[in-house]
Amino acid sequence: MSGQTISEKIFSRAANKVIHAGEFAFASVDCAMANDITAPLAVQGFNEILAGQKEKKVWDPKKVVIVFDHQAPADSLNAANIHIMLRKFAKEQNIINYDVCEGICHQIMVEKGHVKPGELIVGADSHTCTYGALGAFATGIGSTDMASVLATGRLWFKAPQSIRFEISGRLPDRVCAKDVILHIIGDVGADGASYQACEYAGPTVKDMDISERMTLCNMAIEMGAKAGIVEPDKKTETYLKERISGFNFGPFRSDGDANYIQRREYDVSELEPQVACPHNVDNVKSVSKVEGTKIDQIFIGSCTNGRVDDLKVVADILEGNKIAEGVRVIIILASKDEYMKALKAGFIETFIGAGAAVGAPCCGPCMGGSFGLLGDGEVGLATSNRNFKGRQGSTKAFVYLCSPATAAASALRGKITDPRTI
Amino acid sequence: MDKGNVWKFGDDIDTDAIIPGRYLTINDPKELAKHVFEGVRPEFARDVAKGDIIVVGKNFGCGSSREHAPLALKGAGIYCVIAKSFARIFFRNAINIGLPVLECEEADSISEGDALKIDFKKGIIENETKREKYQVASMPEFIMGIIGSDGLIKYTKALIKTQKRG
Ligand code: SF4
Repeated sequence: MSGQTISEKIFSRAANKVIHAGEFAFASVDCAMANDITAPLAVQGFNEILAGQKEKKVWDPKKVVIVFDHQAPADSLNAANIHIMLRKFAKEQNIINYDVCEGICHQIMVEKGHVKPGELIVGADSHTCTYGALGAFATGIGSTDMASVLATGRLWFKAPQSIRFEISGRLPDRVCAKDVILHIIGDVGADGASYQACEYAGPTVKDMDISERMTLCNMAIEMGAKAGIVEPDKKTETYLKERISGFNFGPFRSDGDANYIQRREYDVSELEPQVACPHNVDNVKSVSKVEGTKIDQIFIGSCTNGRVDDLKVVADILEGNKIAEGVRVIIILASKDEYMKALKAGFIETFIGAGAAVGAPCCGPCMGGSFGLLGDGEVGLATSNRNFKGRQGSTKAFVYLCSPATAAASALRGKITDPRTI
Repeated sequence: MDKGNVWKFGDDIDTDAIIPGRYLTINDPKELAKHVFEGVRPEFARDVAKGDIIVVGKNFGCGSSREHAPLALKGAGIYCVIAKSFARIFFRNAINIGLPVLECEEADSISEGDALKIDFKKGIIENETKREKYQVASMPEFIMGIIGSDGLIKYTKALIKTQKRG
């Protein structure tokens, strides 16, 4: 029998038996997350499961997290009432509830210490795969799945095959982790990693901070993957030691003789900034191919690129400059903590001085649910992760996706701009 | 062993093709079934018989995570979906609502109207029309349990009754 990938090891631990890719297992989850869009149906299913039981308690209140972020602060009466219901549920159940103002669910899960290497985590949101940045196996599930997890703490899984991405080369100036993942998605395609786990490795990934690794893992779902994952290392350890007292580092890494369904190698030392063009995330082109495209709105934020590391690049480019006339720029930090860091570093002043609108931490225009929508015929540029037709407002709008550097450079010119020319 | 007749579809059938977005406010499987495949095969909802089987190519059920898609198929009386591959969330949702799904590399050998017999425990599909047999990965017992209980909610409910939680 060959060795195991890190994902197989995590499933083996969670299912309490040796598991290889393709095998089914009932496994215990270490943490479960739902947000204000997905929690209501999960709570309804949970109540159905426990109807008639005397005890109507979630399996472990310390391991359930509900975050208000998609419609936060409440952007409609409907949202306000959902928040009331969920607050009440969280209080009765004594589970962890991050209210409006705290930030995006995936950022919070990682930065508040709800994710550790080697853990199996589920979230009722497709971008749960972000937590793989800390060496956890984290995957998005549906509402029925979540209802069952809330009741039992267990769920059935089919352990996935893994694709190993070996990434090497020093990233050129103003080329970011986002450009790397967009390039990979363009190469692999929107269903190229269906069912599978994307394991990112190689010297470039080793050099990346947790924030950049989150960007890589976040967009694994855009290739159809079940999870993205990076082997934990010194950087992971340092990140978690700052957040979890008494944190202990587990032995979770892939064996040298582990089986991969595919190995792909990328040298990024000459990578150009990348842009995903309407209306598919895998419609990726080098920035030079779309330079000059006129933009109406730029959104910088989301669980993909809304951290202070992303905003530092933006501040560098905007510092002392003015946003071009005719383009509006919305900047939203991914969490309260990240916002405070940006505030202390003086970035917020830079942004507002340059003419940007800075919002409170939340999902913002990313999924087109609340404010910051694009109107008919408008063109948007965003650092978020999806550009499907209608995702950010009108079905007649066009959305391009890019890195924070490209977004900031484009803000100064009002059109898609190569950040290396600023 | 159970049997049924085959409806054949191609690759990349998305959840919008199975049940269009305008019907998502309906939650009753029987009502949903009236609109299943409406845009792509209008005669399907009328002619489908209880126990029929859908056989498709790769990436069946891609697109949104709507549980309405497998629910509509179940409501139409579909007994099993056999595909070369499924989109991940559809695969989970189907099992969670109690609709059997099988991955079969030889799905292309099966034709419209073929009569199939399926042994889930042994993982054997028998094509009575063509006199062929295809081996597929058998469903683990607990997956069969979920399907047998008519879905994950009822399965979990029963599980909780028999076990102490925690
Ligand atoms: S920021 Fe966008 S992608 Fe991330 S959780 Fe919110 S809506 Fe989803």
